[in-house]
Amino acid sequence: MRGMETVPKIPTRERPAAPVQRPGKVGEDSVRVDGVPKVRGEFEYSSDLRMDGMLWGATLRSPHPHANIRSIDTSAAEAMPGVYAVLTHEDVPGRKVYGMEIPDQPVLAWEKIRYQGEPVAIVAADHPETARLALGKIHVEYEVLEPLADAEKAMKSDAPKLHLSGNVLRHVKIKHGDPEATADVVVTGEYEVGMQDQAFLGPESGLAVPDGEGGIDLHISTQWLHVDRDQVAESLDLPPSSVRLTLSGVGGAFGGREDLSMQIHSCMLALHTERPVKMVYNREESFYGHVHRHPAKMRFEHGATKDGELVYVRARMVLDGGAYASSSMAVCLNAATFAGGPYKVPNAEIDSYLVYTNNPPCGAMRGFGAVQACFAHESQMDKLAAELGLDPVEFRIQNAIEAGDTLPFGQKLPAPAPVAEILRRAKAMPMPEEKEVMGRDVRELPGGVSNVTHGEGVKRGVGYAVGIKNIGFSGGFDDYSTARVTLSIEDGEPLVRVHTAAAEVGQGLVTLQAQIAHTELGVESVAVLPADTRIGSAGSTSASRQSYVTGGAVKAACEAVRERLFERVRDEFGEDPNKLSIQDGNVVSGGSMIVSLDELLGSDEIEETVEYHHRETYPPDENGQGDVHLQYAFAAHRAVVEVDTELGLVRVVEISTAQDVGKVMNPQALEGQIEGGVAQGLGLALMEEIQMKDGKILNASFTDYLLPTILDMPPVKMEILELADPEAPYGLKGVGEPPTISSTPAIVAALRDATGRELRRVPVRPEQLVGIAERPPEQPPQPGSAGYAEIGRLDERIEQ
Amino acid sequence: MRLKLGVNGERREADILSGESLLYVLRERLQLPGSKNACEQGECGSCSVYLDGTLVCACLVLAAQAGGREVVTVEGVSDGDELHPVQEAFVEAGAVQCGFCTPGFVVATHDLLCREPAPTNPEIREALAGNLCRCTGYEKILDAVHLAANRMSRP
Ligand code: FES
Ligand code: FES
Repeated sequence: MRGMETVPKIPTRERPAAPVQRPGKVGEDSVRVDGVPKVRGEFEYSSDLRMDGMLWGATLRSPHPHANIRSIDTSAAEAMPGVYAVLTHEDVPGRKVYGMEIPDQPVLAWEKIRYQGEPVAIVAADHPETARLALGKIHVEYEVLEPLADAEKAMKSDAPKLHLSGNVLRHVKIKHGDPEATADVVVTGEYEVGMQDQAFLGPESGLAVPDGEGGIDLHISTQWLHVDRDQVAESLDLPPSSVRLTLSGVGGAFGGREDLSMQIHSCMLALHTERPVKMVYNREESFYGHVHRHPAKMRFEHGATKDGELVYVRARMVLDGGAYASSSMAVCLNAATFAGGPYKVPNAEIDSYLVYTNNPPCGAMRGFGAVQACFAHESQMDKLAAELGLDPVEFRIQNAIEAGDTLPFGQKLPAPAPVAEILRRAKAMPMPEEKEVMGRDVRELPGGVSNVTHGEGVKRGVGYAVGIKNIGFSGGFDDYSTARVTLSIEDGEPLVRVHTAAAEVGQGLVTLQAQIAHTELGVESVAVLPADTRIGSAGSTSASRQSYVTGGAVKAACEAVRERLFERVRDEFGEDPNKLSIQDGNVVSGGSMIVSLDELLGSDEIEETVEYHHRETYPPDENGQGDVHLQYAFAAHRAVVEVDTELGLVRVVEISTAQDVGKVMNPQALEGQIEGGVAQGLGLALMEEIQMKDGKILNASFTDYLLPTILDMPPVKMEILELADPEAPYGLKGVGEPPTISSTPAIVAALRDATGRELRRVPVRPEQLVGIAERPPEQPPQPGSAGYAEIGRLDERIEQ
Repeated sequence: MRLKLGVNGERREADILSGESLLYVLRERLQLPGSKNACEQGECGSCSVYLDGTLVCACLVLAAQAGGREVVTVEGVSDGDELHPVQEAFVEAGAVQCGFCTPGFVVATHDLLCREPAPTNPEIREALAGNLCRCTGYEKILDAVHLAANRMSRP
């Protein structure tokens, strides 16, 4: 099966370039350094990597969501010309399972299949199509089992156990205040959130290159290099130092790249074949190859006085974690802590359950547990306001939590916490013009160019919502980032080099790091080195944390460099270091120049590496109480929609938002985060759902999984508050997630306003809007006229 | 089989298998990875190229169908080192985040502005409805199209 050509024994790849940027300072618009290569098509994404002599990897996945594996026969695949390796669980050199929080997920399945799409075998071949054909020649004998696809059923004591520990992965209980509290007005509601996909456009991909000495270099798109490295090393049975990861171009992430996909697989194939191995998932496989947002079923009860003061919240939330743990433990905690929303509510009893099922594993996605909670608490706020006869925004303002108040999980809310203020601002923003519906350009009506309504039956609605999100890792996790900053003179000009392992996934972190270096060291030329594991961990690009934590590390490393520089000026020129500053490449004191950096440093460089840890957080106690989170961010949204009440089609007219960001670091990048975050919130409100039937995905394609297009997205108007957080670098707050969290319930509130329907489930479907059904039918229609995502396809391909 | 075609003004040849798409051949056989592969089923527009002057999804074109024809990819939009105004506008307007959709948007916008030098918002939305972007929410892409249109209409 081994081909005859020879390849160089130790192939190597050049390190990606670190282009010199001339960034603005913190707070200024700064054009991103990777912008030009990206518009030219020259930016190298992980799916673009190639090397001479490289092989292509492919993954055989289970067509069944629940099955026993009786046998795996790889001989026919191995005999195919062009096939270099066919590997199964028996070939995993080290730990046969992996997982970020709990290693419960097989690298390659043995004995048991727990979800449809679970990897069973991997192949390396000389052409991607050969690799795929070889998958079809692997014979796996399954004993198909009834899937346990319903989280509520999985919680029952008589349900089959999917893991030895049982099906309830975590239960967070929050007890706060008086459990018996009673109220004048009580509203209850049941809410559901469907399974959303991150749907980053750049598919999972990577290139593993053996070093000829038993070690491996992996070029990969990921959110967290070091947690990948450690898991890969464990499963390869190598010391971490023999597993080197370099971040390759990342085509979006949104949480979906926090877990491993092909990292271990590609390394196994490369070590086995002693050739570089590239793996790229196609879109269908991508739906099976990463975790999704947890679907949730929630029951909420709120009590208030007749004057509109919240008395209690009681909530029961069941989140479907799917087959494996991923980051579900943390999602469960987040959902519990944010069930009360950004409100003063003295009494709370909250149960958040995270349950194993035979559905696809769920994990991180933008908003991380707060999204589900927000849809429920904001729906409840509107219901309560209606019950009390109060204006929904005024009612929220009346109950808005303030700095110093205690959250239901016992933490005092740190300042700044301008919840009432952002609500006021969102309400005060000018309303979009309301053009007469009849006779409008159809492109400005629900259904648009489908030419369905010309104005008949179109109603407008307005809705509001506000959300709360923790920034950074919580619950006692030692959350830190590492930065190395080097100041030197290149070609007679000072240059700062910044090195971290922080993943740029599109958000603009590479530019932000350069802005910080410019600001702190007064040097205009900055090169941000490629992120890799040659330096300590930066933590994950998630939880809206990188600006805070890696930004903090870069700032601290710059300060350390500056301190050494000033000590040198003190020693050489007798100047008081406390009076020195750097301006345009010169060290100055009280406005007069002391020495240029060029003269001072010559061929020396000053380098400092700093680990920046944020303030400690703590796990909750048995009553769910504790200083669980680090920082809190808030956004409020107003949605204006128009609904064709006969067909249930929607046009979102405008979204306005007010958000406190602490400090605007890069205005253009901030706007991009808000607009993009709103688009994902709109997607969850109106169209995005992985549809499941008996544990199988019905719509694993972009034909059938709908994403907002430019036709669906309205203008986003924003008001930004800059209330500095005294603990955070530059006073900043993470900004990535709040735009996604409350935009969904704001849109649904607007839809309720337009239609008068209950709308207990997102994404809202036309049948809900016209009142045919509150939930989608149990037997959904066959998806996809293209016939691309038929559930039979995966079976056919594999079991021929 | 042997495929001969014009790409970005050059004669190119490659040995291909019969089922390979134009996108695969551009990316893997002609070393032009600028056209992207986000869905490979005609839904995202990230693989947009010109085929004899018509905007197509390269993932939906069999490579063999492109034999003897002219293909222009994102790599062929700029004039040497000089960015095309559409490319410049995408960078300046902040229309690029992860950038995976960008090559497709650049080609599709180029096509739109050649047909309609001063498009309105509804026209832009209609023309770019076949291109998905997961990062930007499209606001800055609209800005970029207007910026490019203004620059291109200047004498
Ligand atoms: S890759 Fe061709 S349209 Fe998506
Ligand atoms: S910039 Fe990431 S998909 Fe458009």
